[in-house]
Amino acid sequence: MSNDEPLISLNEVEVHFEEKPGMFDFFHDPDVVRAVDGVSLDIHENDVVCLVGESGCGKTTLGKTSIGLQRPTGGSVTYRGQNIWDAKDKKGDVDIPYKDIRRSLQIIHQDPGSSLNPNRRVMKILEAPLRRWHKEMSAGDRREQVLSMLERVGMTPPDDYAGRYPHQLSGGEKQRVALVRALLMDPDVILADEAISALDVSLRVEMMDLMLELQEQFDTSFVAVSHDLSNARYFAAHGGGRIGVMYLGQLVEVGPAEEIINNPKHPYTKVLRWATPNLKDEDAGEPPVRKIDIPDPKNPPTGCRFHTRCPEAREACKREHPPAYEVGDDHKTACFREDPDHEYWESSELTDDGETTPSAASSD
Amino acid sequence: MSTHETSQTASTEVPDVADPILEIRDAEVYFDMDRGVSRVLDNVSVDIERGEVLGIVGESGSGKSMLASALLDAVVDPGILSGQITYHPGDGSSVDVLGLEKEQLRQLRWEDISMVFQGAMSSFNPTMKVGGHFEETLEAHDYDVDAGMERARELLSDLYLEPERVLDSFPHELSGGMQQRALIALSVVLEPNVLVMDEPTAALDLLMQRSILSLLEDLKEKYDLTLIFITHDLPLIAELADRLAVMYAFELIEIGTSDEILGDAAHPYTRSLLNATPNLDAPLSEMQAIEGSAPDPVNVPSGCSYHPRCPLADEECVSEDPEFRPTFTENHQAACFHWQDSAEVIPFNIERSDTSEVDDE
Repeated sequence: MSNDEPLISLNEVEVHFEEKPGMFDFFHDPDVVRAVDGVSLDIHENDVVCLVGESGCGKTTLGKTSIGLQRPTGGSVTYRGQNIWDAKDKKGDVDIPYKDIRRSLQIIHQDPGSSLNPNRRVMKILEAPLRRWHKEMSAGDRREQVLSMLERVGMTPPDDYAGRYPHQLSGGEKQRVALVRALLMDPDVILADEAISALDVSLRVEMMDLMLELQEQFDTSFVAVSHDLSNARYFAAHGGGRIGVMYLGQLVEVGPAEEIINNPKHPYTKVLRWATPNLKDEDAGEPPVRKIDIPDPKNPPTGCRFHTRCPEAREACKREHPPAYEVGDDHKTACFREDPDHEYWESSELTDDGETTPSAASSD
Repeated sequence: MSTHETSQTASTEVPDVADPILEIRDAEVYFDMDRGVSRVLDNVSVDIERGEVLGIVGESGSGKSMLASALLDAVVDPGILSGQITYHPGDGSSVDVLGLEKEQLRQLRWEDISMVFQGAMSSFNPTMKVGGHFEETLEAHDYDVDAGMERARELLSDLYLEPERVLDSFPHELSGGMQQRALIALSVVLEPNVLVMDEPTAALDLLMQRSILSLLEDLKEKYDLTLIFITHDLPLIAELADRLAVMYAFELIEIGTSDEILGDAAHPYTRSLLNATPNLDAPLSEMQAIEGSAPDPVNVPSGCSYHPRCPLADEECVSEDPEFRPTFTENHQAACFHWQDSAEVIPFNIERSDTSEVDDE
């Protein structure tokens, strides 16, 4: 995967959302939710990156930022070297017009039902993007291309499916239509935002296989967002890609899929590993976190953001934010435990005996 | 019309349990629709042992939520429920759940058999503080409110919540995981014997799901609960459950201890479902989806309803509906003619720790 130039490059990206103050609320500073904070990540041609983490960790926001759907409040996002938001604002020399960037970066949403217009037949839904981006195409060619794509994703006979309304499709079929719609743009990157979470367990593998097959045929990269480590592993490992673990807006560990699963370094990755049920008959025991609730992202903990829940946390973690340590090929983690000379090893352990609940995390 | 033949057998065999708290016999739910009769629960018979954790597993539309509603005689209106459900409170008496008057049923629900649904947000009244829900519930059932609120506080802290803060919050002020745990506390506050949970953790992320499950185990011990846990997520429940019951196309198709199901699943569907489940330990190359899709309730295939998707199916499976029969052990039962061949035709893709001879702690 080591192409010279990354397809998408995120550099110290920050996305902060300001909560709007009330009309008469002159005296408070508005609350800032730091959805993404200082994330750098490269996505290459024909790459797969799976972002995992708990709800509210910023994985969807980061995904949307990487395909130019969310404007970062800090840092930069480039597509083949062109800053996406400079292109949008027509700032400086624009090598790649925004229109082309927009077309190259597509998304499939979590809920296939609500992302398709219920009043249109599948053919109409799928023709729309072609009509917009390929104005020169004749109606017959358009129809032909839609039908051949439907056939390629296994919706046969395509004529029958093209004439249906979304409510006449099953969940898996709707998601395939959404996938076809994204692929018709011949994109470079597709963001799959929990694209298989709504599907039945028995259909998930099939859908992931389909996406991976199309990745090869169409030379598309995937950024997949998931809360389920076993799905992320299946998808990333088959696509020869990486898993990125997010916690409260930051990337705490990133590396090749099998590395992350079999050799997790960050304590939080180990927690996610614990949280992923396996079918082996073993007693998992208590959760390996000190608190089971995630702190308020408006007011994230100082130092390492995981220190309030981390079973390994020590005093040093409260003060300082750990940098990303290189721990293997393409495998990085942000934890002091990777630095044998760090003062972490000398400082005292953090405990909160007697407390059973999050304390300062979500005050007022 | 339905192609399904009603094979009403009076003496349905079910796995024996020593001290059943609930006995379900030939439970059936159907809806009359324009397209035909939609049978969404088909002759389900099962005994639930006092103090056990029973996991009921099935895909969407397999009828598992209908079974949960049937237990409380809470099937929504045009649906018609028949069969026999007997509740044994443990004092020697027994209650015919489907024969209860409205008021008796109201008491049975919550006080004896309580239920937690998926999506805590829609179970709470958004304009009432969480504490108000506890008070209202206690008052409506004529319980001592002060003693009840004391119990509520203890329950909340058992579930790793700050009692005072949670009771004084509106539902929207809590995170999804906190709401779901508060709802579990609410459902146990009247000290029921049975807690039925329908996908109680499905909307939450995995870490919270796992955490709630480990809390439930403690809760069950402390309050002597019988848990019925309904989910589409087999791996999630496999560890907590003592026994697993697998549903396919509105029928129960296999039941056994968790070890038996995970180690020696007899029904081809169960085996394929296990193989289709993404798993951190399985070799990547060997995960396979199940071909085809689950049937429409109006038009369930004749014979064994799994036969169109089953690699073992023959003419017998097409013409005749297999009865529940004992497989490897007397109480590990499956509805399949060819269970003896299923392991050979559908081998597991991972070596599960050989559960048959493992000495459990």
